[in-house]
Amino acid sequence: MHHSIEIEHLSFSYPDGHPALQDINLKIAPCEKVALVGPNGAGKSTLLLHLNGILKGNGQVTVCGLSMEQKNLGKIRAEVGLVFQNPDDQLFSPTVFDDVAFGPLYQGLDPEDVSSRVKKALIAVNMQEFGQRVSHHLSTGEKKRIAIATVLSVEPEVLVLDEPTAGLDPRARRSFINLLRDLPLTMLVSTHDMLLVKELFDRTVIMDEGRIVADGDTLDLMADEALLKAHGLEKP
Amino acid sequence: MHIHFLDPYQPLKSPVHSLDARIKFILTVAFILTASLAPSAAWPVYILLLAAILAVEILSGLGMIYVLKRALLALPFVLAALPVIFTIKGQALFNLAIGPWLLTASSEGLARFVSVAFKSWLSVQAAIVLAASTRFPELLQAMRAVGIPRLLVGMFGLTWRYLFVLVDEALRLLRARTARSGQSRQAGNKPGGSLAWRAHMAGGMAGNLFLRAFERSDRIYVAMLSRGYDGEVRTLPIPAFSGSNWLTLGTGLFFLAILLIFGSLLWG
Amino acid sequence: MSYSPVQPMHIPDGFLSTLVSVVFWTLSILALAVALKRVGRDLGERQMPLMGVLSAAIFAGQMLNFTVAGGTSGHLMGTTLATILVGPWAAMIVMTTVVSIQALIFQDGGLLALGANIFNMGLIGVTVSYFVYTSIRKLARGRSWGIFAGGALAAWSSIVVASLAAALQLALSGTSPANLAIPAMAGIHMLIGIGEGLITFGALVFLYSARRDLLNINESAPKGSKAIWVGGLVLAVVLAILSPLASTHPDGLEWVAGRNGFLEAARAPFFNTIPDYVFPGISNQALASILAGILGTLLVFGVALAVAVLRRGQKDHKHPYTDSQE
Repeated sequence: MHHSIEIEHLSFSYPDGHPALQDINLKIAPCEKVALVGPNGAGKSTLLLHLNGILKGNGQVTVCGLSMEQKNLGKIRAEVGLVFQNPDDQLFSPTVFDDVAFGPLYQGLDPEDVSSRVKKALIAVNMQEFGQRVSHHLSTGEKKRIAIATVLSVEPEVLVLDEPTAGLDPRARRSFINLLRDLPLTMLVSTHDMLLVKELFDRTVIMDEGRIVADGDTLDLMADEALLKAHGLEKP
Repeated sequence: MHIHFLDPYQPLKSPVHSLDARIKFILTVAFILTASLAPSAAWPVYILLLAAILAVEILSGLGMIYVLKRALLALPFVLAALPVIFTIKGQALFNLAIGPWLLTASSEGLARFVSVAFKSWLSVQAAIVLAASTRFPELLQAMRAVGIPRLLVGMFGLTWRYLFVLVDEALRLLRARTARSGQSRQAGNKPGGSLAWRAHMAGGMAGNLFLRAFERSDRIYVAMLSRGYDGEVRTLPIPAFSGSNWLTLGTGLFFLAILLIFGSLLWG
Repeated sequence: MSYSPVQPMHIPDGFLSTLVSVVFWTLSILALAVALKRVGRDLGERQMPLMGVLSAAIFAGQMLNFTVAGGTSGHLMGTTLATILVGPWAAMIVMTTVVSIQALIFQDGGLLALGANIFNMGLIGVTVSYFVYTSIRKLARGRSWGIFAGGALAAWSSIVVASLAAALQLALSGTSPANLAIPAMAGIHMLIGIGEGLITFGALVFLYSARRDLLNINESAPKGSKAIWVGGLVLAVVLAILSPLASTHPDGLEWVAGRNGFLEAARAPFFNTIPDYVFPGISNQALASILAGILGTLLVFGVALAVAVLRRGQKDHKHPYTDSQE
């Protein structure tokens, strides 16, 4: 049984020379829920973009048993659902239905299959009635839910989220947390929301300056105040 | 739910609203084409067309007042055709002296001017009804059905989707400028700066907006790639055109054709 | 606040004859087909998100106004900026999108007249912007002032020439007398163009300091500069057709041609279809000679640019956006 995510000695520098990732090693098992925390600029978003081949660094990245090569990218992108920070960048189609149907359409599914996938995905995020709505008219919380639906419709094995609760009011945040809790997928979530981490994620990885500085049980790491402080984090 | 002030779609329930977008699109273009092809001064044709479009306006629940108010927007352009009253030779109606010039209005010229204005007024009403009674995503589908290339339709969709977002950004920029456009308490200072400075500042705002649009388009591209995008524009197939649709479309086109033939024979 | 910037160049329906509408629809469709092919090659998969969002930005950018005097305000059309940022082919598609959406959603410009509006603002506006901008940059031999002067001048010229095309369409349709429409349109837009030039200048200054790399797109001539030369020639021909309209002399064509040797190429039979009427009181001779002078200059300019582009030869094909990390 393969790991969902397996990263070995990954390093990456941006074209301008700035070293964003240095010797990253990470293994995530299927159905594990892992939180990724660290200060801004630590390289969290950069790391996430390596998981579906948007960025390519030095080192070995294997996702769901597939190595990160050009020929596997299509399959990998069907296994990894990446949800970005700003839902406005994620919802680019005229209607909600179109956005959620985008993934299955590109997989080449039949129209009936596409429609049923869309329905299932919208139900999973509790937005069944929103099919014909226009994304621009939705609230931030609603947009974030639809954004998740857009990746759920490809039925991925892994869900990768970048700052999912940023910008949400308490009610929207609460319903979002419940949503995440109920999804039976492997999850890697980058976040500043330490309460979210404590509530949902058994394992936490701390990144700083392009390196992984800690990787272990959430409660243990949270208890270590010195460690948190050293990397710009606060105890929740 | 906030409706953007720019979106012309009026979500009402009416037979016009529920009509297939393809029919509405084709009939709107046919209507405008009929008005355009109708001979000059073919008054009965224009009046029948007007009756038809007013009827549709009432049927759609939009009401004549709403449509006519929006139609006023096209009014200023009518000035461009005004000189035609004096330049077309014909039966003299009245003389007008402007400075050193003596202009003679002819009845043919006046008829031509009114025809142009009438045609324009009819056309803009049809376009307003189309936009107000049809959801834009459906209009996009209609465009695809008519044969407009997928890439273009896909782009139109993206443009429309981000129109509101970027217009809001532009408004925020304007609001920020207004907030900083106060008057000095010191007497004698002329507010506003020079014209060149103001234009320059507006230019900076435009540059800012464009730059953000570029960077946003990069992020959207990444989001599209992440969901499997490979450059081809893929969409669900367009639903089949039902029998009753054909009937409605055929009836509309038939009516317009009859009007046109009738008009061309009698006034052509 | 409502969306209603002054748009004297978007011709509504009813003002153009069906024939003129169809002719310009045909021309625009042809130009678009070529542009779509070229852009597919240059930008690849990126093209849809890039052009789609840029179109939205131009649309939004048209709301950024600045007070000129009292209640009037100047604002941006964006053709030149688009041309500088994404090259002429993509700019053509971008402006087509902007103008189409303006017509469809806001009834700013007619649906039948859309072909002519796309021609004026998309084809003519972009071609003129491209020519003027690249010529001035060449003149500046890579020094930065070329970008700003080129951009500002290109913005002004594209607005003026596009308005001339619009006036031509109105005249050919018999809606406005030629010798009034042409100077009126040109005159108004020479003023409006100043605002466009200033805003474009400001935008370029900002972009130069923030993202200079975005402004280097038109450094070298893309392969197929011949096609652009053809575009310039079409432009020159359009202008050549304009001048005889100014005169109601029965042999107007020969009269003007006699005064200006460049116009031998115009075809006589074509001009029998043009409505032959003038606004009484204006001295036709004086007007015709003024117009012939202006148009002759523009023609010379156009041909000179075309030659300069041809002479540049085939440089390396430079992609506006190097393929990403893919």
